[in-house]
Amino acid sequence: MSPEKLADAYRLMKTIREFEERMRSEYQQGKLPGFIHIYRNQEAIAVAACLDMTNEDYIASTHRGHGHCIAKGCEIEAMLLELACKEDGLCNGKGGSMHIADMSKGMLGANAIVGGGPPIAAGAALTAKTLGNGAISMAFIGDGASDQGTVAESLNLAVVLQLPMIFMYENNRYAEFTKSPKPDGRIAERAGAFGMPAEVIDGSDFFAMYDACQRAITRGREGGGPTAIEAVCNRYYGHFEGDAQAYRDQDELAQERAVSDPIPRFLADPRAAALTPEKVAEIDAAIMAEIDRGFDVTYAAADPTPDKLYTDVYIQYEGRLR
Amino acid sequence: MKMSIREAINQTLHQEMERDERVIVLGEDVASDQGGVYGITDGLPAKFGLHRVIDTPITESAIVGAAGGAALTGLRPVAELMFVDFLGVCLDQILNQIAKFRYMFGGQARTPVVIRTMIGAGTGTGPQHSQILYPLLAAIPGIKVVTPANAADAKGLLTTAIRDDDPVIFCEHKALYMDECEVPEGEYLLPFGQARTAVEGSDITIVGMSRTAVIAEEAASALSQQGVNAEVLDLRTLSPLDEGAVLESLAKTGRVVVVDEANPYCSMASEIAGLVVERGFDLLDAPVKRVTSPHTPVPATPCLEAEYVPNVERVIAAVQETLDY
Repeated sequence: MSPEKLADAYRLMKTIREFEERMRSEYQQGKLPGFIHIYRNQEAIAVAACLDMTNEDYIASTHRGHGHCIAKGCEIEAMLLELACKEDGLCNGKGGSMHIADMSKGMLGANAIVGGGPPIAAGAALTAKTLGNGAISMAFIGDGASDQGTVAESLNLAVVLQLPMIFMYENNRYAEFTKSPKPDGRIAERAGAFGMPAEVIDGSDFFAMYDACQRAITRGREGGGPTAIEAVCNRYYGHFEGDAQAYRDQDELAQERAVSDPIPRFLADPRAAALTPEKVAEIDAAIMAEIDRGFDVTYAAADPTPDKLYTDVYIQYEGRLR
Repeated sequence: MKMSIREAINQTLHQEMERDERVIVLGEDVASDQGGVYGITDGLPAKFGLHRVIDTPITESAIVGAAGGAALTGLRPVAELMFVDFLGVCLDQILNQIAKFRYMFGGQARTPVVIRTMIGAGTGTGPQHSQILYPLLAAIPGIKVVTPANAADAKGLLTTAIRDDDPVIFCEHKALYMDECEVPEGEYLLPFGQARTAVEGSDITIVGMSRTAVIAEEAASALSQQGVNAEVLDLRTLSPLDEGAVLESLAKTGRVVVVDEANPYCSMASEIAGLVVERGFDLLDAPVKRVTSPHTPVPATPCLEAEYVPNVERVIAAVQETLDY
């Protein structure tokens, strides 16, 4: 991997980490509305998945989508404005954390419906196949969503139509408050049963994830059809911010947190040797400055004006329907 | 040229696929030799190829969802939801996904998708293949709901639907497929939100949509024998709704009967009655009357099904009652 790409990978993982830690702290102070779902310790998955994608490739995200946005290239400031539901946010403040999207980056939306994204990603893959433009489409899917019928339908459609699609399962072993009864690997086994290559990868291992994504992306671009990857990972925080995870064994949680952090593991890997401590410090400083700037802009930004309630509905309703 | 609704829809699909290569058709059996249950997609695979006329598994969530995703990324899909009853298995993709894209993404998204679907009773297909359900769809903010009652309107409205940049649900009444009328040659577009005055009259307004517009017209014809000049308004699209046309006709007649094949509770008939009371109360010479199906599932038994759907006799009785008020 080139030094530039290594630096990009680190920068993106670290940006997600710092962005969300700051989000948590602001949220806990009551400065941000709605629900937020933190991605900590899963950063290697999004970054490995999106590192070699272009703006013409598509992703459909989940409720835990901030990391996917950043990895796909969404601007930090525009994201923050959206998460704070400001007028100048990516979605004019009308989407917020669970519905944030950036069409210009091929980011087809977080999704507050568990399992809602895969059919949409299949449609984007159908566009790529129909136009023959070599683009690929990826659906991020949690282990909880893996049980939804929409996911099974999308797996099947992707195989039948040989779509350039990747099913990126993030198995953090918890569906909301409930521990997954499925052993690791069962999700990939299911996806494979539909007739596509399916791999189980350690989601904390950036380099292993990157290699697996390369194989899947190349297969998709070359007309080889869909691939499934089950990235096994750990959900560091609760389902949503504010969930204390009282349902988890605290010793097990502490142990998992310690071994599943992808960032030190990435830096300790001999393949990341080109990334010197000086370079890392430089990147870190730039990230913190960008986040600080983003929050400054966000808190000074305007809320949407009341008339925005009515804009961007497909039908302009008048009179008694207002 | 005289043609049936079935032929008009088929011809429109041919014309629009010819005109714009981003238009694709997908659904169950759409690429079969018969062109689906009623031959609607007949001839499309041979002309445009199986990469644009796509047979899918029986997988409504994936069909509708993928059509939405394809629309979001540059195609103009026409998806077929074989029977509107199958909304039950794919509603999330319409209600929570497609219907919200433009609004929740702050105007960034464009979703030019058409979902063609078969509605209505009258062919003995029973509770899960005969429903109307368009009020359920029209209740979703932004979703455009189109209900043609004749072949010319089917052509004009489907052309508009395919060229529209927003999601449209195009409802085809299965009992009307073989109805014929004159259809304009070549390119023909009809705007949404513009009702059609099917019959001009001055004594009473009968509002219908899809098949009930046809029933209303038959009733008006019978009523004219008795010296009653009924005006018949065919709504054509339920969302957007031509409220002005209803109120203008009411201003002329002072009396309204709404005929709707939907179940009465939260029906289009209720919506029109609400509109008339809210905006046209001073114009009313008699209470607005609704003629609908009963609030029951659709029975398979032919004799009960015949009782279920609104018919000419019931419309005439409602008109008489309203006139006698």
